[in-house]
Amino acid sequence: MSVTNVISEIKKDFIYNLLLKGERIDGRTFDQYREISIQRDVIRKAEGSALVKMGSSQVLVGVKMQPGEPFPDTPNKGVIITNAELVPLASPSFEPGPPNEVGIELARVVDRGVRESKAVDLEKLCIVPGKQVWIIFIDVHILDDCGNILDAASLGAIAALLSTKVPAARFGLGEDYVLPIRDIPIATTAIEFNDVLMFDPGVDEEAIANTRLTIISTAQGNICGSQKSGAGMLKPEQIYRIIDIACEKAREIREKFLEA
Amino acid sequence: MIAMDETDISFFKDGLRLDGRRADQLRPVKIEVGVLARADGSCYIEMGGNKVIAAVYGPREVHPRHLQEATRAIVRYRYNMASFSVEDRKRPGPDRRSQELSKVSREALEPVILTSFFPRSVIDVFIEVLQADAGTRTAGINAAAVALADAGIPMKSMISSCAAGKVADTIILDPMKEEDNFGQADLPIAMTPSGDITLLQMDGDLTRDEFQRAVEMAMKGAKDIYELQRGALVKKYSQMVEQPVREDVHVCD
Repeated sequence: MSVTNVISEIKKDFIYNLLLKGERIDGRTFDQYREISIQRDVIRKAEGSALVKMGSSQVLVGVKMQPGEPFPDTPNKGVIITNAELVPLASPSFEPGPPNEVGIELARVVDRGVRESKAVDLEKLCIVPGKQVWIIFIDVHILDDCGNILDAASLGAIAALLSTKVPAARFGLGEDYVLPIRDIPIATTAIEFNDVLMFDPGVDEEAIANTRLTIISTAQGNICGSQKSGAGMLKPEQIYRIIDIACEKAREIREKFLEA
Repeated sequence: MIAMDETDISFFKDGLRLDGRRADQLRPVKIEVGVLARADGSCYIEMGGNKVIAAVYGPREVHPRHLQEATRAIVRYRYNMASFSVEDRKRPGPDRRSQELSKVSREALEPVILTSFFPRSVIDVFIEVLQADAGTRTAGINAAAVALADAGIPMKSMISSCAAGKVADTIILDPMKEEDNFGQADLPIAMTPSGDITLLQMDGDLTRDEFQRAVEMAMKGAKDIYELQRGALVKKYSQMVEQPVREDVHVCD
């Protein structure tokens, strides 16, 4: 089983030669995102949902909620559980079965953004202290992997949470109410190839790069999570450069799509 | 991570940390090379309250076969926590956290391993966390790098790993359990001695400037750990060189 995409040496050469001329395969600049669209509330049965398209990549995120037991160390707080399905319809390299390490990493980085930014006011999700709290299930379904599904999934998660209604009436717990959201974390990912940093990599660009760095930033412009992925190296200066562009891109995306 | 304001732990007393360290000071580190008889290479490390053992097997045949690569060795890394290593018993077996840590740790080491020397084979790295006290992934990577060298796996360089964190709005080196649990951020890195970063993760809340200071501090810590790794390897292998020489002399007599 190979999770990495097969990319012919010829295509690799082609991308590399373009890169030397300062160009990308689809004509974008190095820090330019593909066109993004977010459709919210696409799944009526879910408490919140969002379909994110980033170029041709498509990710659907559904949020379901139900009452359950809190963790013993946080008796007054709701619980977030994030899962990602890399279903085989999305890519020739995805296989059926339980999530592999790629899927697990994706889910955990999406979770990190939501959790560490404290985007959801979990204290408002306590029903009976120590006994019953709301559990939020964030389920990420990758539908079409044309690259950078991590950013798309993170964007989908916060977009879905922003439109989530707590289904209190269904469980006899009063009236439904809007999920209390305090922050809008945005993940931005860059790959490094021959000292060139490319944001929002397409699937072919991902295949040539050894290293990827994701920076998750909050509305305040702070960093609430990061993850380097892939068997490569980054110089500290490259990391700082990625952070500066990442925070700027995140602000643009947040303002354009999520702050109404 | 639990927010600072939810606890009344005070992280500093007279400018020193809970265990008496300065903000930029590592916990005591102990490294022993070649602690397992069956493994091709092994290392035991203590970093503060962490006790971690690493074993390397290989290069050896890949099972299952379809995983093998025609042009290089594959590297497998299994980070495993003993059920008794933490306060509340951990359910044995891989959970999502340990699978993610295994992936990023493998990717932290792979860039320096000369895998193209061993096509169609596998280099297995096994990590057992026997006692955990924040920073087990960094301890695991440090032990793994030494164990790889002990196994004679050709590498471009050593890999050293260390974390920085933030408590009470101060950037600190090598957070211990209390500082990790109740602190504001955790940022583990791994790097080569020349400062190429092969692992970088972060969670919590840091400004752009704090992020850079945390990376710089963790790099300084990793540099110190590199000297200790090197020292431990030199110690073992300088002894080994001496012994046969003495035997030769004995035979001549």
